[in-house]
Amino acid sequence: MTRRSLRGRVAAAGVGETAYYRHGQAPEPEFVLCLKAILAACEDAGIDPRDIDGFASYSNDRNDPPSLATALGTHQLRFSNMQWGGGGGGGAGAMANAAAAIAGGLADCVVVYRALAQGQFGRFGQGSRANTITGDSALTNPYGQMSPAQYYAPKAMRFMHEHDIGQEALRAIAMASYHHAQANPRAVMYGRPLTEQGYDESRWITEPFHLYDCCMENDGAAAIILVSAERARDLKQTPAFVLGAAIGAGYRVHSTQAGFATPDLASSHFKTVARHMYEMAEVGPTDVDVVQCYENFTGGVLMSLVEHGFFAPEEAMDFLKLENLIAPTGKLPLNTSGGNLAECYMHGLELQIEAVRQLRGQSTSQVAGAKVSLAVAGPMVTPVSTIIFGSEAVL
Amino acid sequence: MSESYLPPGLPIPVPEPSGLSRPYWEGVRGEVLKVQRNPKTGVYQWPPQWICHDTQTFDVEWVEVAPKGVIYSWTRVWHPVHPALKEVGPYIVVVVELPHAGKVRMLGNLLGDPRQAVVIGAPVEAVFEHHNDAAPPFTLVQWRTIGGEAG
Repeated sequence: MTRRSLRGRVAAAGVGETAYYRHGQAPEPEFVLCLKAILAACEDAGIDPRDIDGFASYSNDRNDPPSLATALGTHQLRFSNMQWGGGGGGGAGAMANAAAAIAGGLADCVVVYRALAQGQFGRFGQGSRANTITGDSALTNPYGQMSPAQYYAPKAMRFMHEHDIGQEALRAIAMASYHHAQANPRAVMYGRPLTEQGYDESRWITEPFHLYDCCMENDGAAAIILVSAERARDLKQTPAFVLGAAIGAGYRVHSTQAGFATPDLASSHFKTVARHMYEMAEVGPTDVDVVQCYENFTGGVLMSLVEHGFFAPEEAMDFLKLENLIAPTGKLPLNTSGGNLAECYMHGLELQIEAVRQLRGQSTSQVAGAKVSLAVAGPMVTPVSTIIFGSEAVL
Repeated sequence: MSESYLPPGLPIPVPEPSGLSRPYWEGVRGEVLKVQRNPKTGVYQWPPQWICHDTQTFDVEWVEVAPKGVIYSWTRVWHPVHPALKEVGPYIVVVVELPHAGKVRMLGNLLGDPRQAVVIGAPVEAVFEHHNDAAPPFTLVQWRTIGGEAG
């Protein structure tokens, strides 16, 4: 029996994005942004957009595959997929689903996409305006607990308490994103550096999260084209091969609203998921050259890095120092495009794109000779997801 | 209580049409705290489910539990995301573990000074906060530290 794995069978062949805008500033409808990102990814890959035969997204993206396929005039539609779960937890999952479809023969050319123009719809960071509320939300919203930052803060607070981790660790994560954004002209926070003092003096959102511990909310769109490894080798870009991916959560991880009841509260929920990803990839944390790790909130990055095996909780204060986290010299360059905090909150798809660019040598904060590139999707939700890419030399 | 911890205007909790959580909401109106338990194994669960998660049987029972616990985690909210909280200063949300009920956890506000130091592991007791003028009326389960400054 052949080993069931995605390793080396599928590759990211094209990446693309629109300009990234501040929340509410997109000059075009969200659907148009989505189309433009997909066309940019096709141009990057050197493929005809009409050859796309599959679409995959996450977080209930509003732009459905039949509408996109019709608008783009694709020859046929063979795969249309939505990864369950809110927030950015499904970003790597959508990539994995697309890769699985290609490896399994369901489709040949799948685009993973995410488009957000929250000014044209609703914002994530606002509470419910309903008069009455039921279910898990009824156990939280009446206590003023109703935004993602509020739901996840107790998870980070408990983790920091258990392991005696100080605010400086979260600050280093925030500063790494801002540091890298200063080299990236696409970044919304390009030209807006963050100092330690600026972080320390920023207002609390909800403890332990300062303003700079929280992601932005932005408008824009991003897309990635996946094809078989064989086809990717014939296209114009250096392929970023999928080594391994995994989706899920551990034992009885509750909904975001009922997250207070999750047995393993102080977790990003990658303990089982990261293990499956590494097993498929046949690499371990010491092999990873560069990490993109979804910052909904910096506390989630802290726990994700621990659960991906980069350091023990007790080592967090020593490891999470800015000099360790920045390209090209740091021992674990983190969020090298600026990420959700400072490049753009494109729900983490910009992190997937950056992981691919690192393997091509095209990052604005390039890690020299990067061969293994990790992209972790939104932590602390369920299901979470994670994916690792490798260059030809790793296969 | 004459005054609620947070001002009126937040979403009013009501049981869902299926009635899953109705025993809880009816219980707290009478200052009785109820959670679910598996009658065969004694395993507690919260929030409510239709099925016992350990035996996959549907004979879930509701049992009264002592309204006390310990602070498992917390956050102090400074940035409001609802119009009703616009003029409110910081407020404290606590996750409370009930060691005598299978370590199930609940979420509420910690009464008292919103700028007080919050101690993980501190014992707390429930305060039933009645909203009798709301439509429909409801009761929230708030928490205060035992022997602490909260009142």
